[in-house]
Amino acid sequence: MSAAVQAKPQSRLLLSGNDAIARGVWEAGAKVAAAYPGTPSTEILESLSLYPDLYAEWSVNEKVAMEVAIGGSMSGARSFCAMKHVGLNVASDAFMTVTVAGVIGGLVIAVADDVGMSSSQNEQDSRFWGRFAHVPVLEPADSQEAYEMAKYAFELSEAYNTPVILRLTTRVCHVKAVVQVGEKVAHAIGGFKSDARRWVMTPANAKGLLPAQIAREGKLQTLAEASPMNFLDDGSDKRIGFVTSGPAYMHVRESFPDAPVLKLGFTYPVPVALVEKLAAQVEHLVVVEETEPLMEQELKAAGMQKIHGKDLLPRLGELTPNVLIPAIKTFLGEPVPPSTTYPKFDPFPRPPTMCAACPHMGVYYSLARMRKNVQISGDIGCYTLGAGHPWNALDSTISMGASMGIALGMDKARSEETKDKAVVAVIGDSTFLHMGMQGLLDIVYNRGNVTVLILDNRTTGMTGGQNHAGTGKGLKGDDTPRVDFVRLVEALGVKPERISKIDPYVLPVVFKTIKRETAIPEVSVIITDRPCVLSEFYTKIEPYKVIDDDCTGCGNCINVGCPAITVKRSESKVRADGKVNELKFTTIDTAMCTGCHMCVESCGPNAIVLAKSAAAAE
Amino acid sequence: MSDVITNILVCGTGGQGVMTAAEILSQAAIARGLDCKKSEVAGMAQRGGVVTSHVRFGRRVWSPVITPGTADILVAFEVAEGSRWADMLRPGGVAMVNTIRLVPPVVSAGLFKYPDDPVAQMRAAGVTVYDFDAGAIARELGDLRLVNTIMLGAIADYLPFPAAELEEQIVGRFRERKPAMVEANQKAFAAGRDAAGSAKTKTSAA
Repeated sequence: MSAAVQAKPQSRLLLSGNDAIARGVWEAGAKVAAAYPGTPSTEILESLSLYPDLYAEWSVNEKVAMEVAIGGSMSGARSFCAMKHVGLNVASDAFMTVTVAGVIGGLVIAVADDVGMSSSQNEQDSRFWGRFAHVPVLEPADSQEAYEMAKYAFELSEAYNTPVILRLTTRVCHVKAVVQVGEKVAHAIGGFKSDARRWVMTPANAKGLLPAQIAREGKLQTLAEASPMNFLDDGSDKRIGFVTSGPAYMHVRESFPDAPVLKLGFTYPVPVALVEKLAAQVEHLVVVEETEPLMEQELKAAGMQKIHGKDLLPRLGELTPNVLIPAIKTFLGEPVPPSTTYPKFDPFPRPPTMCAACPHMGVYYSLARMRKNVQISGDIGCYTLGAGHPWNALDSTISMGASMGIALGMDKARSEETKDKAVVAVIGDSTFLHMGMQGLLDIVYNRGNVTVLILDNRTTGMTGGQNHAGTGKGLKGDDTPRVDFVRLVEALGVKPERISKIDPYVLPVVFKTIKRETAIPEVSVIITDRPCVLSEFYTKIEPYKVIDDDCTGCGNCINVGCPAITVKRSESKVRADGKVNELKFTTIDTAMCTGCHMCVESCGPNAIVLAKSAAAAE
Repeated sequence: MSDVITNILVCGTGGQGVMTAAEILSQAAIARGLDCKKSEVAGMAQRGGVVTSHVRFGRRVWSPVITPGTADILVAFEVAEGSRWADMLRPGGVAMVNTIRLVPPVVSAGLFKYPDDPVAQMRAAGVTVYDFDAGAIARELGDLRLVNTIMLGAIADYLPFPAAELEEQIVGRFRERKPAMVEANQKAFAAGRDAAGSAKTKTSAA
């Protein structure tokens, strides 16, 4: 990351799309940058925070990040915000109105779609925001373009008085490729100038601005038709001409080296005339776009009926060569040879696990023990893994902060069968501050009977450990005021006697606290207080081991779910009543063990002891 | 310069150093003046899951991902992961496999079975596999973290550029930050080359 920060103009570097964007934003002279972490966009702000002469922050959520950037733009500073695709859903309220008001300093919104869904709850095509909000969309295909488009986007924004969307996908953000960087251009902050007709969006003022917004779209259409970001790679095989954008362009060039390809980088408004020019040269036109048939439908609406796209290609996931080649060959009536020589071995799944000593395990171990009597409304973070083996202790995950409102809805919609079940909501510290607080306020306000578990591990875990308002540190690691969760939930109206702060490593306390609070028919909050094992706040203690002679094979420790505990040998034992017991004798990887003590609490025969005391005994 | 693209798939599990190895390979290609793309999907895979990194270099690289059936080299940091990705190899491609067995919780709990001998399975299907215990070599050299350098050393004689150029990329990283580690990494790199050489001799003899 620092290589890009220190790189001299014209140097050639291997950069991820995210690092390349950061460089482009800095070179454009941006002064304000904000984001909430989200795969695959997270590293853009981490990278930007290392550059000088620029304010960069982790915001509490994407909407606030967008608003910070809007405020910067209004004040005449080139401003930037970044988010994953679902983040723009959160930020859309501010976005849909700033598109009417326009900008002073260039305003660029990088939004990263998780095409292929490596770490998201849905697959969304953010290009639709271009049409919805009447703003231009730029789509880079690799790191070099990401860098260039990030820089150009600010000029475009200012020249046309519009926010600009820089639409990314996982294969832009996380692919490293060669980038030649350039020079920083200074861009002074103009300072805020009061102009109510421009910035106070009352109906009268907004109505006055709407015609300009529509006229702007027409001008952008003309600009897109002539943009150097839209270019034709000529080809000798005129059977099919491809129209494509983003990383799909790379896959098309890889798959069909002789075909003409119209590569669109300025994709909204769609440059229809350019596509018509290509159509005149080829037998068939195929639109290759990830993921939705957006350009295809725009082109069809413009009167081009004889085009192909999603009738040949999948509507989901990446359009890589192994997807494109068979689909296009089949369309051309050519034989499709098998691509691979060797068979596919699927040895076993290797799902992501929680880390050794992860404090979330104590909560899920306890919830799994009372599984039959609870409905568990979950949220977005590492703790979503509680849905998996061995806990199976999560009933729903929809969106950031949704555990709260969904739990309340579950509470208000009880059937004869579920009327006695406890409703529990599980949410992390960062997610609670992002969008959970309002939901908890709603539970309090509407007298919900929900037990809320805030798993405070002092980090934004799943995205790699970012700071937030509850960690006491900012984006640059600087000290900031730290939210006190107990006082916060008390201020939201939870009774002080219904708020517990517990150590998730002490399993009997976790179990008893959840039991006690779920039995009381009103809102309670249980806050667990142990840092993420990967965070700077965690310190490793003495590792444990299993005394083989004392292990009875009960398997309780396995149910904690710690990856440091594995089964050494299994045995089937026939009980007196004829039933067969599967015994699992375990071992602890002492190199992985951090001494958290959770498995010790789960062990009936006290077979788990400190590794050093076991060594001394031998 | 020819239009031939070299495709290297590095695989393993979260935390094994797959991404670092891929990064070093890419830097070696760039130092040669080649175009290069390196692709991986991070995110949830970081949590002990499957990790792969695609490295492609040559005069001009288009797609950042290796098409199944076209990898020249498969570098497997874990043996079952080697078998999982063996179909990515082109006919005649080489799988360089560290024989360590990392058993995930779903296997140790009895929900799934770990194959008895993934290397034999791959060989039976016709895959060229060179396997060795990189962990044992690293322990002999006194530092388990050397596994990464050993694996890179193992493929060094299968690249379209001299092994010394890859070695320089590794050693260069330590020269500035941890000069004390330079010698150990040079030894590990040589040990990796030797291990691949002996594995090849053993396989050809069998």
